[in-house]
Amino acid sequence: MLYAILCYNSEAAVGSWSKQYHDETMARLHVVNDKLAKQGRLGPVARLLPTTAATTLRKSRGENLVIDGPFAETKEQLLGFYVVDCASLDQAIETAKELAVANPGTGSYEIRPVAELHDHKLPASGSPRRE
Amino acid sequence: MTTSFRRAEARGVNDIGWIDAVLTAARPQAVGALLRYFRDLDTAEEAFQEACLRALKTWPQNGPPRDAAAWLIFVGRNAAMDDVRRRAKQVALPDEAAISDLDDAESELADRLDGEQYRDDILRLLFVCCHPELPSTQQIALALRIVCGLSVKQIARAFLVGDAAMEQRITRAKARIGGAGLPFETPGAVERAERLATVSAMVYLVFNEGYSARSEEATTRGTLADDGIWLARLLLRVFPQEPEVMGLMALMLLQQARAAARFDDKGAIVLLEDQDRGLWDDKRIAEGLALIDKAMRHRRPGAYQVQAAIAALHARAKRAEDTDWAQIDLLYANLERLEPSPVVTLNRAVAVNKVRGPAAALEMVEPLGAKLANYFYFHGVKGALLQQLDRCAEARAAFDRAIALANTPAEAAHIRQHLDHLDRENA
Repeated sequence: MLYAILCYNSEAAVGSWSKQYHDETMARLHVVNDKLAKQGRLGPVARLLPTTAATTLRKSRGENLVIDGPFAETKEQLLGFYVVDCASLDQAIETAKELAVANPGTGSYEIRPVAELHDHKLPASGSPRRE
Repeated sequence: MTTSFRRAEARGVNDIGWIDAVLTAARPQAVGALLRYFRDLDTAEEAFQEACLRALKTWPQNGPPRDAAAWLIFVGRNAAMDDVRRRAKQVALPDEAAISDLDDAESELADRLDGEQYRDDILRLLFVCCHPELPSTQQIALALRIVCGLSVKQIARAFLVGDAAMEQRITRAKARIGGAGLPFETPGAVERAERLATVSAMVYLVFNEGYSARSEEATTRGTLADDGIWLARLLLRVFPQEPEVMGLMALMLLQQARAAARFDDKGAIVLLEDQDRGLWDDKRIAEGLALIDKAMRHRRPGAYQVQAAIAALHARAKRAEDTDWAQIDLLYANLERLEPSPVVTLNRAVAVNKVRGPAAALEMVEPLGAKLANYFYFHGVKGALLQQLDRCAEARAAFDRAIALANTPAEAAHIRQHLDHLDRENA
């Protein structure tokens, strides 16, 4: 069964990581990624730019409304996600725990079962460069 | 971004790493609120410092509080008030355990920190660093100390001065703004917009202090560019719908994206058109482009947005020869209207050269001679245009003048390449 693991954290805090801490944390997360990929369990993974770079289209009956943000009054923002194949909810929780060990401190992971996944391939030249 | 807590006794690298970041991120809001409460910068900073020490003690065991800034404000405020009481020898200090569990108090405080006040606290904290009586280097040093929370040692390193000299500079700057009376009234809309413009200019100064660093200083002064971006990010979080703040952020990101390509192995300047675009930072470019696109939708143009739009056209060109110089010429014409200056006209001439040729560009450059007589780039650009027009003797004179005015060995070396080229052509 596919689970989306949605990563929530304070983008202000993540944006204040020192370069060294950033590099170390990313290295630890890559180890988890690699393990999942080797097990054939890893689907799409994305790290999102801050919500300050985001735009929201709010549907309305008249003309749709384009607004800056989201900036709901929340302390944590959606910063990225993993799609992982897990045998059970327990395994999905174990995977999220591994991510939490690699990236400790504030934040949370929403473990959300996936109903459908359409895994279209992007051309290799897509920007930003994919890792 | 680091704070002085980095050197605090490590309980485990991981804990210190994320706690350091949470404290740094919460600092502007917390110090801003404590400043409003105590109306004294030193007291506010000491209260925050004390709250941070308690965070380092309790967070590794208890985990982080739900709202770190509210926790720090609450604990800092109590600590400072305890301090006053202790000095008066009236009441004993409460024990640590009582402070680590303040769920109810914390949420009550968080509720009172509504968006508007939070925004004005942060804006005020930035604004007090911009006091007009302070020279720009002191404004920058103060912002790095008070808002970013850099240690005096780190700031001294960035400015290439001794710790004691920087300590003295910051102390003097603080005394000056303290004596001048800090602005505590809630600003009106016009006042707020003016503060925002002043603060934006200061943030861009911080960035430029780092961005203009020579290659050999990149590891010291160069970090200021990242500090400038951190400050702009803070400003954008507080004013997420202001197109000029988006423009400022985009401009910095798009410029800093080119950092790795700006100098060669020997530290010589590599011009934009000669840079290896593969070295440009895709992530910064993606964020910069997203922000300038967002900003332009507001149809409220400003100088940062126009400059960011120019930088965006460079970033979008896969190769130098793909650059849309006609559009860049138009944008510089816009900038000349918004913020007329001979330097802007000089930059526009570079685009005009690409679109209409060196004769038209030189015509634009020559009237600037009186105002830019001592400006390195003026003579460099003029020399290059004259060279293209085969007026070699005049080109040589302009390049000689440029070398005499060069601010760095790298700049002089760059002009010397032009002179060598002239010599080769005429050999």
